[in-house]
Amino acid sequence: MDFITALINGLSSGGTYAMIAIGYTMVYGIAKMLNFAHGDVIMVGGYAMYVTLLALGHPLIAVLAAVIFCIILGVTIERFAYRPLRGASPLAVLITAIGVSYLLQSLAQIIFGSSPKMPLQLQISGAVKLGALSVDYSTILTITVTVVVMAILSLFVKYSKTGRAMVAVSEDRDAALLMGINTNAIITITFAIGSALAAIAGYMMLCKAPSLSNTLGAMPGIKAFTAAVIGGIGSIPGAMLGGLLLGIVESISYSIPAIAPYTDAVEFSILIIVLLVKPSGILGKARREKV
Amino acid sequence: MKTKSFLKNYLNYAIIALVAIIFTVLSLTGGTSPKEIYLLEKIAISIILAVSLSMVVGFLGELSLGHAGFMCVGAYLGGKLASILEPIIGNGILALIISVLAGGIAAAIFGIIIGLPALRLRGDYLAIVTLAFGEIIRSVVMNAPEKLFGGTLGLETPRFDKKYLFIIAFALVLICLAVTQNLMRSKHGRAITSIRDNEIAARATGINVTKYKLFVFTISSFFAGIAGVLYSYSNYRIQSANFDYNYSIEILVMVVLGGIGSINGSIIAATLITFLNVNLQTKLTGDLAVLQNLFYAAILIVIVIYKNAPALKTFREKYSLANLKKRRKEKDQNG
Amino acid sequence: MAENKFFAEDGREIVLKADHLCIQFGGLKAVDDVNIEIKQGELYGLIGPNGAGKTTVFNLLTGVYKPTAGRFFLCGEDLTGKAPADVNKKGIARTFQNIRLFNNLTVIENVMVGLSNQIPCSVPESIFRLPRHRKSEREYYERALELLRVFKLDEYKDYLAANLPYGKQRKLEIARAMATNPKLLLLDEPAAGMNPNETQELMDVITFIREKFNITILLIEHDMRLVGGICEKLTVLNFGTVLASGATAEVLSDPEVVKAYIGE
Repeated sequence: MDFITALINGLSSGGTYAMIAIGYTMVYGIAKMLNFAHGDVIMVGGYAMYVTLLALGHPLIAVLAAVIFCIILGVTIERFAYRPLRGASPLAVLITAIGVSYLLQSLAQIIFGSSPKMPLQLQISGAVKLGALSVDYSTILTITVTVVVMAILSLFVKYSKTGRAMVAVSEDRDAALLMGINTNAIITITFAIGSALAAIAGYMMLCKAPSLSNTLGAMPGIKAFTAAVIGGIGSIPGAMLGGLLLGIVESISYSIPAIAPYTDAVEFSILIIVLLVKPSGILGKARREKV
Repeated sequence: MKTKSFLKNYLNYAIIALVAIIFTVLSLTGGTSPKEIYLLEKIAISIILAVSLSMVVGFLGELSLGHAGFMCVGAYLGGKLASILEPIIGNGILALIISVLAGGIAAAIFGIIIGLPALRLRGDYLAIVTLAFGEIIRSVVMNAPEKLFGGTLGLETPRFDKKYLFIIAFALVLICLAVTQNLMRSKHGRAITSIRDNEIAARATGINVTKYKLFVFTISSFFAGIAGVLYSYSNYRIQSANFDYNYSIEILVMVVLGGIGSINGSIIAATLITFLNVNLQTKLTGDLAVLQNLFYAAILIVIVIYKNAPALKTFREKYSLANLKKRRKEKDQNG
Repeated sequence: MAENKFFAEDGREIVLKADHLCIQFGGLKAVDDVNIEIKQGELYGLIGPNGAGKTTVFNLLTGVYKPTAGRFFLCGEDLTGKAPADVNKKGIARTFQNIRLFNNLTVIENVMVGLSNQIPCSVPESIFRLPRHRKSEREYYERALELLRVFKLDEYKDYLAANLPYGKQRKLEIARAMATNPKLLLLDEPAAGMNPNETQELMDVITFIREKFNITILLIEHDMRLVGGICEKLTVLNFGTVLASGATAEVLSDPEVVKAYIGE
């Protein structure tokens, strides 16, 4: 029974990872950069929820506000920090992204202080009992939201004009530009979608454990990027798979007392093993560099 | 001409040696406070870290976010060895040298283990794998039996005569500087920079890219490990939290601030930032301490965008130091 | 090692023998059953319309891609499946269609990188500044300068490669390739983007280095004037397969070749 509980919990945290990983993987596929600050967008979303709750008091409005605020933030970061560096070396872009991540974390600490905030109204407590099995409401909510969001996103990418333009830009940015696709607009939209998902992921984290600090998104962000790499960077289904996989491994590892303290090490070791065995990730395509 | 190039090549050694000698004399005559000594140790450690990271970031063009992780390996293994050696050969200079070497070699071995899979892949992966490695190391060290590494309380390391540790630290700075500088000003340095500039062309020109990448990464980890051992000597007690990823970022800021690919720039930036850190530590308390991080973040973004943005290319060239000098010269000649 | 060297009917050694080379990307046969034989000292042209697979052949011959079938031999030695750096060490050097210089190194340093495997000096020797380091560095400098003189680039030796004018960048790339002391030089569209004067100058340089270093050259080119002017033999590729092969004048008057280039 413990194992099944661990599995269900794993699906739930895996859904959160998947949600974040999609943001990484889409940006990586389309803008060809590792957006290091993505995890910190989650944290900013968390504070946006906290502030809205103080002002308006309704969790649903708070989530909505966080989504909008994160979209604005993501697009702003892209416009002012990353776009000037388009065409510059990947190293420069990566270092700037790290700078942005650091900037957001320190700004949040200056504004809100280092002691964690507790937006308790976001918390969803209680559990469904199914015989000996007990599943938290928050877990059910997380899994449901994940499934719905993934479905909508998959349909959007496959069937909408914008979605197909995204695929085109990720395949070949120059060719897409020549075909009349506004690549700058597509990149902006990608950042907007990624940031919105980050805000939702932030809510999913807070409804389970309502403790908010300026490093809320740092570790989950790094792990989600790991998940994206495991699944195959650039691939949306890969990010979903990688996220779920990582969540389940994490949850099972936590449930075994002897391994529990080393959970982080276990997760990152999977990354290194995957990179050794199949560098393009589980669902990723091997890409050739043009010579 | 000859003296000019001699100055250019060896001025940095001379300045560092001079500083070390001045403070040695001061400390022998009792003219230094413990705080100043502590600052000197910290500066030496930072210089070693920044110069060794600049080999990877500045010359090889790869990003490592695990420098603090390699430092952690050195700090714990070197520190542990020192405390084992203490009852046998005392905590004199011999124990220090053995631990420093052992810590450096241990970190270098980890560098090979991490670099081997990660360096075959595209650049961004190295960043994330080294970051992951840093976290793995911290988690392993923290959860290891308390007898071994002291658990969450941290590892206690032997006390070395406080007056002289900084002298040894500066000697190590000079060694690190000599190795880095001699390496970069040789055929190997050219090969390494050629990989940064164009990896495909480097391969086609017969450069063994994987070998050089692994070599640079390993030697950089080696010095990070050495800095770690010095750190544990300087602090008496080390905790795994000291080596988190923020520390790696701080070293990266030193390298970027000093100008990517400039060894002397890294030295100056490392000195400056460490000086500020140690002095601000007492002045900025509580949440204000984070102002420092905000400042670093802003520096990182502004410098990188200014130096790399394609749109600013003409502006950069117009106002670069070299061109300003040239124009002044022309003006002098005409006027 | 006793190599099975190949010799042509006239007794000249065959430097490059490409034997049924094929490569497939997914379902696409980018290069299909290409055979090329180049004799010592020959200047051989590889031409064909855009997308015919010319650069892919270069990538196969330099180890960037591994062929899905077929082999290739340099002076009788099988180099199939070797990594690019090893192929270069064995004696095949190349230039690139889109120039790939070491932009932040100076002109002379670019050539010195090319000399890396010619003048030995180990890492410890460099770190400890042992006598061989000083000696080898002087040799690097002198030999690089000598090569730059051949290409008339010596006056730019301290420029950053990125700051050279376009035509000189192409020449520097050839100089760097020559520095690796190759038996076979592969030039990928050396005249692309050059004006007629620069093209003429380039033709002179190619002719000159061929005589001076007695080197075998395979070049990809679109400029028919250049191809007709200096190549002795041609292979024409179309859709990844060999359309025609033989002496330049014959191949260029082949109606199939004319059709592929100009259409019907």
